Amino acid sequence: MSIDRRQFLKIAGISALGAGTAAANLIWKNSLEAIQAAPAEEGLTAKKWAMVIDMRKLKTEEDYKKITDACHSIHNVPDFGNPKDEVKWIWTDTYEHAFPGQENEYLPEAIKEKPFPLLCNHCENPPCVRVCPTQATFKRQDGIVMQDEHRCIGCRFCMAACPFGARSFNYRDPRPFIKEKNPEYPTRTKGVVEKCTFCTERLVKGLMPACAEKSNGAIAFGDLKDPNSEVRKLLSANYTIRRKQELGTQPSVFYIIGGSEK
Amino acid sequence: MIEKALTGSSRYWIWISFLLAVIGVGFIFYLKQLSYGLGITGLSRDVSWGLYISQFTFLVGVAASAVMLVIPYYLHDYKKFGKIVILGEFLAVAAVNMCLLFLLVDMGQPMRALNIFLYPTPNSIIFWDAVALNGYLLLNIVIGWTTLESERYSAPPPRWVKPLIYLSIPWAVSIHTVTAFLYAGLPGRHFWLTAVMAARFLASAFAGGPALLIILSMIVRRLSKFDPGREPIQAISKIVTYAMLANVFFFLLEVFTAFYSGIPGHKHPFQYLFVGLEGHGKLVPLMWLSVILAAAALILLVNPNTRKNEKTLLAACAAVFVSLWIDKGFGLIVGGFVPNPFERVTEYWPTLAEALITLGVWAIGILILTVLYKVAVSVREETAGADTEH
Amino acid sequence: MHDAGKIIPGLIIFAAIVTFPFYYNMGKAVARPEPKLDTPAIQELKEKQCVESKEFMRANHMHLLNQWRDAVVRDGNNVYMGLGGKKYTMSLQNTCMKCHSNKKNFCDSCHKYVAVRPYCWDCHIAPKESKL
Ligand code: SF4
Ligand code: SF4
Ligand code: SF4
Repeated sequence: MSIDRRQFLKIAGISALGAGTAAANLIWKNSLEAIQAAPAEEGLTAKKWAMVIDMRKLKTEEDYKKITDACHSIHNVPDFGNPKDEVKWIWTDTYEHAFPGQENEYLPEAIKEKPFPLLCNHCENPPCVRVCPTQATFKRQDGIVMQDEHRCIGCRFCMAACPFGARSFNYRDPRPFIKEKNPEYPTRTKGVVEKCTFCTERLVKGLMPACAEKSNGAIAFGDLKDPNSEVRKLLSANYTIRRKQELGTQPSVFYIIGGSEK
Repeated sequence: MIEKALTGSSRYWIWISFLLAVIGVGFIFYLKQLSYGLGITGLSRDVSWGLYISQFTFLVGVAASAVMLVIPYYLHDYKKFGKIVILGEFLAVAAVNMCLLFLLVDMGQPMRALNIFLYPTPNSIIFWDAVALNGYLLLNIVIGWTTLESERYSAPPPRWVKPLIYLSIPWAVSIHTVTAFLYAGLPGRHFWLTAVMAARFLASAFAGGPALLIILSMIVRRLSKFDPGREPIQAISKIVTYAMLANVFFFLLEVFTAFYSGIPGHKHPFQYLFVGLEGHGKLVPLMWLSVILAAAALILLVNPNTRKNEKTLLAACAAVFVSLWIDKGFGLIVGGFVPNPFERVTEYWPTLAEALITLGVWAIGILILTVLYKVAVSVREETAGADTEH
Repeated sequence: MHDAGKIIPGLIIFAAIVTFPFYYNMGKAVARPEPKLDTPAIQELKEKQCVESKEFMRANHMHLLNQWRDAVVRDGNNVYMGLGGKKYTMSLQNTCMKCHSNKKNFCDSCHKYVAVRPYCWDCHIAPKESKL
């Protein structure tokens, strides 16, 4: 069985040497056949991953810091210390800026001042994917909007297209600005775009996203298409909002706002 | 024919060396950008496109404007454009080259530029733009070169160029329409999300490009024995006038919709550009300069006396060009990013390195233009000489 | 042929420039590299065997890595069935380099010899190596 497969690989290899890797890429699309590559058995799978952030459970500054630090440290997100070069996957902003157009003057002070965690929404109908000229940004079967850093040409069209400001560009080499590198995860290089990946590298190991894990139950993560999933239960029991719903991108990150409790 | 570009007066060579020097400086800074990254520019997470992409947008317009000469000459048999149409085609060649270069210098990973063609993605407008621009470049090189060559041997152009010429007409419209679609289809960028964008692009292109062509014709006339003639210039000036009126009209439509509807997201970019927003207003003086130049140009253009006077016409054309350059070659792109998706204002201003790289690309374009015009003018001088001798 | 006076010297200069690298490297034969396999992780292996045969890996590791990359990043497949049906997690950092923790003497020795600079290491973190 796998003799053929090996043979095939060999042919691909040899012709690539002859005709140039680019041509071989085009013809063979570089994908392994099913018998050679498979999803990890212990991995978590879903038809459509989604996240529900329960703002009632996020209280202290510490709560937020744990979430953002967890994500940024395991994913080797650099800290340039200036807004111009800034790269971030998850961060916070106030209601007025997180949900522009939905603010009103008379909201409870507690909500007005509360920081809301913001990240890529893994939109069901993602404009960033639509505009990417190389399919470096693409949507997976399970709804995760992924970024193939190997292919990104750094045109930044996706940044112009994302209505949520979820994407960051590496304006310079990020490596010197990563305090402590996680040796299990790659960094990025200058000239490519990056963002939250819903922790795909953890899902294959059977782990929940880092931010959810460190949130003390404030962030739920699960399958939107499974009526028994935690996210569905939360969605049917609480009133939730999403960012800029009117644009039709169908964000997969939901927020439970709660009342005026602090 | 290219050998004609290799002989010239010392003035010609000084000009070429000057351009080469500017290119050299730009190139040095580009190498710096390659090693440091795009952080060398004024771009940021919030304003992620700037001078490079706006130059690209502006120059697509200049390239498309050649069609304003091709249509009257080839479709309506307006013979007076016979001498000048080649200048339009060669201008298009130089402009498209600059467009492609600006796209390249804007890329974070230029070594991977070919990924656009290795993984063709029809749902991405950039893919179509790359196809359209390269096709248009090829069309104009082939058409310009063959028609000029046959003119040199006083023969009619070969039959096969005709269909190419006809093809170049819708193609010119398409390059600028596709470029407008880069912006006009993005949700959440209110300044760009407008159906009139492509029309506005074409109007400004058909004003700016021909205005530049008038300026260039006057320069050519002054520097060589080749005279494009007064009448074609007058005809083009009418095109500039109407197109500029249409452009201003479209702009006012945008202003009306934004402010009468009162929707904050639609008003904000205009406010940022013309009065400043939340205390930020770096672009305000520039945008008003653009408005004043546009108004002055229109006064000079609409009034037949000043339009017919070549001195005032020249001033009007320069005003049109600068005004549109500010509006489209700067304000339009930056305005789309301010305020950012969080309704916060981050400003943008190009850095010196970015400006020098930009100048370098312009210098490459002008060099191409100079060489092509030199060839065209030399052929013209030759045939004109031949005419008088026989 | 007019202008021969300019053309012929021009040709000679051109030929000299084009062939310069050959003269420059003449007599500077570099020894063929021998990638080293003596890392602690490999020494501990009972059966010293990579995911595919040595010959295959030598000729095709770059294509294999490209296929791994696309399988993991784009298709979400993380497990590779290698020689003899053995399963491996497809990961440059966490699989390949766990055994081949000597990047300098393994990857770099050949890459330098054939003068290629794969951009893997712009992003992927190489294992920490003690300077020998
Ligand atoms: S939030 Fe932005 S980056 Fe994320 S999927 Fe939606 S459009 Fe794309
Ligand atoms: S910057 Fe990269 S991911 Fe974004 S659109 Fe361009 S190629 Fe695609
Ligand atoms: S899901 Fe993972 S990648 Fe996304 S913000 Fe949370 S921790 Fe970061």
